[in-house]
Amino acid sequence: MIGIIDYGAGNLNSISKAFEHIGFKIEIIKKNKDLDRYEALVLPGVGAFYSAMEKLKKNNLVSFINDFVQTGRPLLGVCLGMQLLFEWGYEDKKARGLNLLKGDVVKIKAGLKIPHMGWNELKIIQNDILFNNLRTNPHFYFVHSYKLKNVTNDVIAVTEYGDKIPAVIRRDNIIGLQFHPEKSGENGLKLLKNFGELI
Amino acid sequence: MINILKKRIIPCLDIKDGRVVKGINFLDLVDAGDPVVSARRYNEMGADELVFLDITATKEKRKTLIGLVQKVAKEVFIPLTVGGGIKSISEMNQILRAGADKISVNSAAVKSPSLVSEGARIFGSQCIVGAVDAALQKNKKGWDVYVNGGSKKTSLTLVKWVKELEELGAGEILLTSMNRDGTKEGFDIDMLKAVTDAVNIPVIASGGAGSIEDFIDVFTMTDVDAALAASIFHFGEVDMGKLKQRLAENNIPVRIQESSGCNE
Repeated sequence: MIGIIDYGAGNLNSISKAFEHIGFKIEIIKKNKDLDRYEALVLPGVGAFYSAMEKLKKNNLVSFINDFVQTGRPLLGVCLGMQLLFEWGYEDKKARGLNLLKGDVVKIKAGLKIPHMGWNELKIIQNDILFNNLRTNPHFYFVHSYKLKNVTNDVIAVTEYGDKIPAVIRRDNIIGLQFHPEKSGENGLKLLKNFGELI
Repeated sequence: MINILKKRIIPCLDIKDGRVVKGINFLDLVDAGDPVVSARRYNEMGADELVFLDITATKEKRKTLIGLVQKVAKEVFIPLTVGGGIKSISEMNQILRAGADKISVNSAAVKSPSLVSEGARIFGSQCIVGAVDAALQKNKKGWDVYVNGGSKKTSLTLVKWVKELEELGAGEILLTSMNRDGTKEGFDIDMLKAVTDAVNIPVIASGGAGSIEDFIDVFTMTDVDAALAASIFHFGEVDMGKLKQRLAENNIPVRIQESSGCNE
């Protein structure tokens, strides 16, 4: 079973339905629970960095996520959920993230329309099981105003909007997607299925 | 700066009492009045996004709309915008929770602009689409904004109003030209240019699409991010796949469907 973390306002429906659509059982997690129930954990993308972290802390979910990662089972962060995996966020005010990976989350460079919203291509830097059955430069649907500042060693795919935007992150069992696979049609479902293969 | 964000093609479906109205003519489907079937089909054809416009008047029927959004969200995994008579934050919340990604507001935004600012504050700008119906002024110097499905002229002028919508927090403008809507004479290039020059948020062109050339024109002559149409897609007058192919041949960045149909 895949646990999907609910940290307040927003729509978990789409990501839950997408996993169900490709044949996974899911459960919504609101509070710290028995982590042995879950084969994989998803941190979805809704809201703002600071308030999301506050909510996670309040519901004892920070330690839950940390303990889960220690087990070696896969964790998937989507959009804001990906950004929360890093050290610091600068949305509204400076806020500590989950600090699982090195890097800071900053606003997308000015000069282009913000949010970066729409379909964009991935440039794959490092091949991975996550990209199985996808063609070269596959399209995914992005909606975000903030991004991981640098293309760190953990970045395995980027997209271009003004400059390079880290799009897929992977360090061992920690995975992050800046785009919304649950809104990216067939490609998104394929990628989620590939993630499911890690279980 | 590099921007290879794809230009979006968006079919719009009018919904009444939970069914698609005006009809959709998919050759291989007997009943295309089912929004779930239509949405699935457009997804397979390569639509980049879908707009559902609810033309149901009554409040009780709203429950039908929410159920419908839930059903579509269960099967179709591309962005979905829902609009039509949405007047409150709680309605927005219900529709977003049901699985919509964006809410479009039109008359209600004119009546109470705080709906846009509150909606943007609570759900984020990317969730709020400012929909505007406008027509050329008699002296042809500018455009006036209309509400109530284009039946009532307001005192607002187009360029000023879209700037205000951006300021209030709308994440996108869906602009319909009343002069072109239903004419199939092409998009209203002058009006679209006036709006894309005025705001720094994405603009969706609507009203007037009749042929593939009209889409090529709107993307080469203006800075719009997306183009929306209804009947020409519903009746198969313009084939989505062919349209995207032709746009690509004209160096317009589009998302070409990488696989067709469901291979799961």
